[in-house]
Amino acid sequence: MSETRSLRKQSIPSLLEKLEQNGQRIIAPQPAGPSGTPWFTDLDRERHIDLEQMTAVSPKSGLFPVVEEILRFRKDGKQVVIEGDKVKVQPTVLFGLRPCDARGLRILESIFQEGEPDVFLRERRAATTVVAFSCTAADPDCFCTSVGGGPGDTEGSDLLLSAIDDDHFLVEIVTPKGKELVELGAGLFEPAKESEQTKVLAAVPVRFPIADVLTKLPALFNLESFWQEQSLACLGCSTCAFVCPICSCFDLEDEADLKCGSRLRCWDSCGQRLFTLHASGHNPRSVQSQRWRQRVMHKFSYLPERGRKARGSAPAEGSTSLLGCVGCGRCSRSCPVDMNLIERLTAIAESDL
Amino acid sequence: MSPENVYQPYLMRIDRAVDEAPGIRTFRLLFEDEECGKNFRFKAGQFGEYSVFGEGESTFCIASSPTRTGYIECTFRQTGRVTSALAALDEGDILGFRGPYGNVFPVDEWKGKNLLFIAGGIALPPLRCVIWNALDLRENFGDVSIIYGARSVADLVYKHELEEWGKRDDVKLMTTVDPGGETPDWKGQVGFVPHVLEKANPSSENTIALVCGPPIMIKLTLPVLAKLGFAAGDTFTTLENRMKCGFGKCGRCNVGKYYVCVDGPVFTLEQLQTMPAEF
Repeated sequence: MSETRSLRKQSIPSLLEKLEQNGQRIIAPQPAGPSGTPWFTDLDRERHIDLEQMTAVSPKSGLFPVVEEILRFRKDGKQVVIEGDKVKVQPTVLFGLRPCDARGLRILESIFQEGEPDVFLRERRAATTVVAFSCTAADPDCFCTSVGGGPGDTEGSDLLLSAIDDDHFLVEIVTPKGKELVELGAGLFEPAKESEQTKVLAAVPVRFPIADVLTKLPALFNLESFWQEQSLACLGCSTCAFVCPICSCFDLEDEADLKCGSRLRCWDSCGQRLFTLHASGHNPRSVQSQRWRQRVMHKFSYLPERGRKARGSAPAEGSTSLLGCVGCGRCSRSCPVDMNLIERLTAIAESDL
Repeated sequence: MSPENVYQPYLMRIDRAVDEAPGIRTFRLLFEDEECGKNFRFKAGQFGEYSVFGEGESTFCIASSPTRTGYIECTFRQTGRVTSALAALDEGDILGFRGPYGNVFPVDEWKGKNLLFIAGGIALPPLRCVIWNALDLRENFGDVSIIYGARSVADLVYKHELEEWGKRDDVKLMTTVDPGGETPDWKGQVGFVPHVLEKANPSSENTIALVCGPPIMIKLTLPVLAKLGFAAGDTFTTLENRMKCGFGKCGRCNVGKYYVCVDGPVFTLEQLQTMPAEF
């Protein structure tokens, strides 16, 4: 096990204050809107951090904003000037993530760094420290343990905190960056007491055999009736992609007046009809069942296959480390027509093609 | 933006604008930064993102040959917001270009082989790049044959170049228009590309076939090529999926485990046969 410390629960506000004084931007789950469901937002004065409820939307916007200016230009008659600012990033602490969210950021990062690296995401990740909290409770939509994660998983976190009793967090220092953060909060962290972190972790049952999903998917591709049945209810609203910690498809759009403007990178989704529509009117994925199939295939077949190719032969067939899903369950929770991902992946695992 | 910003385009000046056919234009583009122009290299088959600042980006192949340096050319049809804005530009105007992206036609591996080009409509540009590439290194290749069809005589692109290729002894050119698309003085064939190909009955021996055209033309041409004995591994085409980024991030051109923008746009028929038909 990694180096550990102990942190009193009541010290959290002081820790956040110290980090802010140090110039860190803090993004944490705070209640938003009338429902009170927490969202990852910049820490406000009230400091009502909600570590109990699952946030509606993943923290991916901390690295990959919903809309990001990637270019600014000025037009003067026939001349065009592209303005040459450097990518501006502020040291940031992403605070209060779930282990699945932290793992999702790692996958998001690998997607953006494959081939031509995306400097925006890279710079932002380099300036970001991830403080996650292990899960002491799970709901029926959670399935991290079915896709290679777990309620106390440290992958993608710099620090992982576990509530070992009513007053204390056990702090696992996962990376040098996590250690730096502990040093910034000197005086608040104490030597760790003997404790068994696993005792407090949520029990998340394995919901379906992922190996069966991975092996059955390629052959299921052409079974159109299967995908039609799976997606009959789908509205194509893309809420699932919006809340997902890994979905990273984007659009590039210009916004400008006659003199100046910017090019923006905006979240998009393969669930949208326009996503693949050709200028000619031809659409390779013209119906919703094909778009649902794309969502499932991309996460559970194409990404793992690409990952295997990029890293040579290892890891082995059936490995979960390269999936486009961490089992956070947000898509199931927020789907307006109750398209439950566990049910659908179970149907894939149980299909007898 | 730092120069490592992968989204930052080169600024290009339109050196020459040619109206090819109704709604279809070709631009010859020079790099505003001469140093960039000198260092810029690409290979046949690659593409770029062309932009009008304030309107957005569009994806087209580089239609000029890599053997001709110092400039690039693109040919496009005015269809949507960006291509309409592009079409409204003229000589001297500035546009943006990112690239080159994607894989290449393995022209270097085709030394000593015959090349059969089959194109329809606005899909001649990606092959025109390879045609000039081969003609500029003519001694490296065997027979060069081109079958090109369009809906009507007016819709044929690169009319001057068709004339030039038609006059050359070392190029076998066949042009055709769809029935009803001919003019009284039309000297080419009348009929659809797959039929013209079947009638021409070219030998598949030691020959690479390159096919680019609308989906229906490709669909009907491939069985003819197979009948003529062309191996799937010797039949090349390009996929034209919608794209935004050009480097495998935005997800739009994903077909099976491939991103058309990085693993394509050049594919052999052999590869296409293993891919889901989402193109």
